[in-house]
Amino acid sequence: MKKIATYKDLADAYVRWQPLMALRQEAVHAGAERHELLVCGGTGCQSSRSMELLHNLEAEIKAAGLEKKAVAHVTGCFGFCEKGPIVKVFPDDVFYVEVTPADAKDIVHDHLVNNILVERLLYEDPAKPGCHLEKQHDMSFYKKQERIALINCGLINPELFEEYVAVEGYQALAKCLQDMSPTDVSDAIKNSGLRGRGGGGFPAGVKWEIAGKQPGPEKYMICNADEGDPGAFMDRSILEGDPHSVIEGMIIAAYAIGASQGYVYIRAEYPLAVQRLQRAVDQAKEAGLLGDKILGSNFSFELEVKFGAGAFVCGEETALLRSIEGGRGEPTSKPPFPAEKGLYGKPTVINNVETLANVPQIMRRGPAWFSAIGSEKSKGTKVFALAGKINNVGLVEVPMGITLREIIYDIGGGIKNNKQFKAVQTGGPSGGCIPAADLDIAIDYDTLVAKGSMMGSGGMIVMDEDNCMVDIARFYLDFTMEESCGKCTPCRVGNKRIHEMLTEITEGRGTMEHLEKLANLSSVIKDTALCGLGQTAPNPVLSTLKYFYDEYVAHVRDKRCPAGVCVKLLNYVIGDACIGCGLCSRGCPVSCITGEKRKHHTIDQARCIKCGACETVCPVKAVVRSK
Amino acid sequence: MSPKELRADGFKTLEQFIKQFEDKESALIKVLYEAQHIFGYLSKEVMLFIADKLEVPASKIYGVVTFYSYFTTEPKGRCQIKVCMGTACFVRGADQLSRQLENQLKLKMGETSDDLKYSLDSLRCVGACGLAPVVLVNDKVYGKVEVDDISKIIQDSEV
Ligand SMILES: Cc1cc2nc3c(=O)[nH]c(=O)nc-3n(C[C@H](O)[C@H](O)[C@H](O)COP(=O)(O)O)c2cc1C
Ligand code: SF4
Ligand code: SF4
Ligand code: SF4
Ligand code: FES
Repeated sequence: MKKIATYKDLADAYVRWQPLMALRQEAVHAGAERHELLVCGGTGCQSSRSMELLHNLEAEIKAAGLEKKAVAHVTGCFGFCEKGPIVKVFPDDVFYVEVTPADAKDIVHDHLVNNILVERLLYEDPAKPGCHLEKQHDMSFYKKQERIALINCGLINPELFEEYVAVEGYQALAKCLQDMSPTDVSDAIKNSGLRGRGGGGFPAGVKWEIAGKQPGPEKYMICNADEGDPGAFMDRSILEGDPHSVIEGMIIAAYAIGASQGYVYIRAEYPLAVQRLQRAVDQAKEAGLLGDKILGSNFSFELEVKFGAGAFVCGEETALLRSIEGGRGEPTSKPPFPAEKGLYGKPTVINNVETLANVPQIMRRGPAWFSAIGSEKSKGTKVFALAGKINNVGLVEVPMGITLREIIYDIGGGIKNNKQFKAVQTGGPSGGCIPAADLDIAIDYDTLVAKGSMMGSGGMIVMDEDNCMVDIARFYLDFTMEESCGKCTPCRVGNKRIHEMLTEITEGRGTMEHLEKLANLSSVIKDTALCGLGQTAPNPVLSTLKYFYDEYVAHVRDKRCPAGVCVKLLNYVIGDACIGCGLCSRGCPVSCITGEKRKHHTIDQARCIKCGACETVCPVKAVVRSK
Repeated sequence: MSPKELRADGFKTLEQFIKQFEDKESALIKVLYEAQHIFGYLSKEVMLFIADKLEVPASKIYGVVTFYSYFTTEPKGRCQIKVCMGTACFVRGADQLSRQLENQLKLKMGETSDDLKYSLDSLRCVGACGLAPVVLVNDKVYGKVEVDDISKIIQDSEV
């Protein structure tokens, strides 16, 4: 690759590569001469065989002799994971959903050769059955979305450096290095109102300013790509779909604070993201956008990828620093803050992936453009990983200040199988559950905290009437208890006690006293734990106690799980379908099932330990659980 | 190659890998990652070897290995079945899948069968939440799994 060593080189490269995007940016028209087919290559869609689909499309294009007129390539997540794999055809702007490898033939023959849409692969408007939508922007899933951090996901091929340059990539960096001082850059980010997307919501520009003011030549810039919230996948999708935007954001931040070395701390369990990121880093190095005297300026910056190895606490910034240094990722108390004393004791800025992906867009389009989007105190957009009992699972990017109802019903398409909405959980293990009564609050950093939850990294899990809120609280505590590093007592012992009490409640051994103790212990832990993990761990308990107290009472007083989830509070009974085969009684560990051969069997409830073995072995599914 | 030769070969590869790092201490996690990739798990012998080559106390290596859930000090089964226990999968019934797997394989989560045929584990979000609940067999992803699919998944994994 030719080096991009000067501003002029970058401008030339843009002119040279801009045509790569021509078909994708051209005004929409059907019956075009040439076509481009973009196939989602994110982790989710790859699990649904999208790479085989891509391969088949390529083969069909070849077989039809269309190599000169059509190409298929991979792109990042379109966000509509529920309907994946997705194929988008340019320049006609047609959006095919749930495409299987076998559909490649029809797409090539009908659409490309004969110019007929493949109707059955179009998205059907749930509001108007039978009505097929061909354009992405006509779908209710996309209508209220606004893409800034995800702008290039689903548009460019993340493996091609040229395509990132063709969408004006690295021009924000050029602008910073050429026209702005480091202080100008942190001021611009400050004015944009960009707050950290990794959880805390600390103003990014302020953090840069503090680190920039520290004396000494040695400073570090770190990107936090640990994404520990189980059920959030936006950072991974950005790295998979648009890795260069994060790298560009990091170089700009490094320039603002005066760092010459950077690290991306990424979980090793994200193989595809690791691979795409590493490739992008190599490309940027080869082009000279990382290394000495970037774009001919006096600024130099090196970047290295570091692996995390599956410890949630390593997402906490001080723990992350210890992990990069090669040790156990145990948090240290703050202050000193990393911006003053971070990696190897030097000033260090840590920003989240999504925070950094916003930076190039802000620098290119200006702070005022960004701060015009969003709510009063939370500017811009936020990406949420919408999942759980919702019709449209996926990644959505929405302006701050949108209501939960709009996200869940307009974008998310409502609750699966027409069930009743019960709660939405935001903020992952540190967050809380928000009930139906609060669906109309405008969400931003501050309103969520006021409701006993938090923005967190953007996980948004929808729950319906079949979910038991006590069990959900227990699930989160199970997670935080396992992930506690064990350094401080409130978290190590306290959260374990909370988990024990929740387990007792879900198993029918709880008392009303438990509920009081839970609330008290939770507030002590919040006040005394050393790091954010411990401090926020009780949030799922406190919020469910606050909004779903009745469910706790039902478990404790009536020994009943209203949602029918907590196994120990259910009864296994044998229904009429029983054929008397005897398999269950032979498998029962406490021999509490009796019955004659070929006659209906019964379970002695008093002795049953509710292990579920009978349900597993029954050939005719006669064993059922009753509330 | 015999198992013994294979092992010797593994140690050679690992030593080569370690040589490329200048700053040995901060390379530890990458080295452990590679070692687990080579040997499948981190035995005492492997940990001592790494301690020697990186010139770090073995106690530190052990401390790091046991801190991170990615690393394992026990051999795993040839067929590794993992249930995603991320939140999205959990609210869509992943724990029922775990129970079914535990009952059918007669193993508890985190255990490996004595004949090293199966191991059963849980993991946190594989990033395919749209397909929740998700079960992984080695690296193959099964999505939208129902309790009734479990027997078939176990059968598939046997070949
Ligand atoms: C237990 C815990 C886990 C965290 N996990 C992450 C994470 O996975 N990714 C992340 O970006 N920030 C995470 N954070 C927040 C970081 O400590 C830090 O605030 C953030 O990376 C700063 O970047 P930002 O200002 O751009 O958000 C976590 C915090 C805590 C307490
Ligand atoms: S709060 Fe928990 S995770 Fe944080 S330092 Fe204390 S024990 Fe470790
Ligand atoms: S749930 Fe277990 S203990 Fe109860 S009847 Fe069935 S097999 Fe027996
Ligand atoms: S296994 Fe099913 S069919 Fe057979 S005796 Fe038990 S309940 Fe009846
Ligand atoms: S929670 Fe299971 S794939 Fe995300």
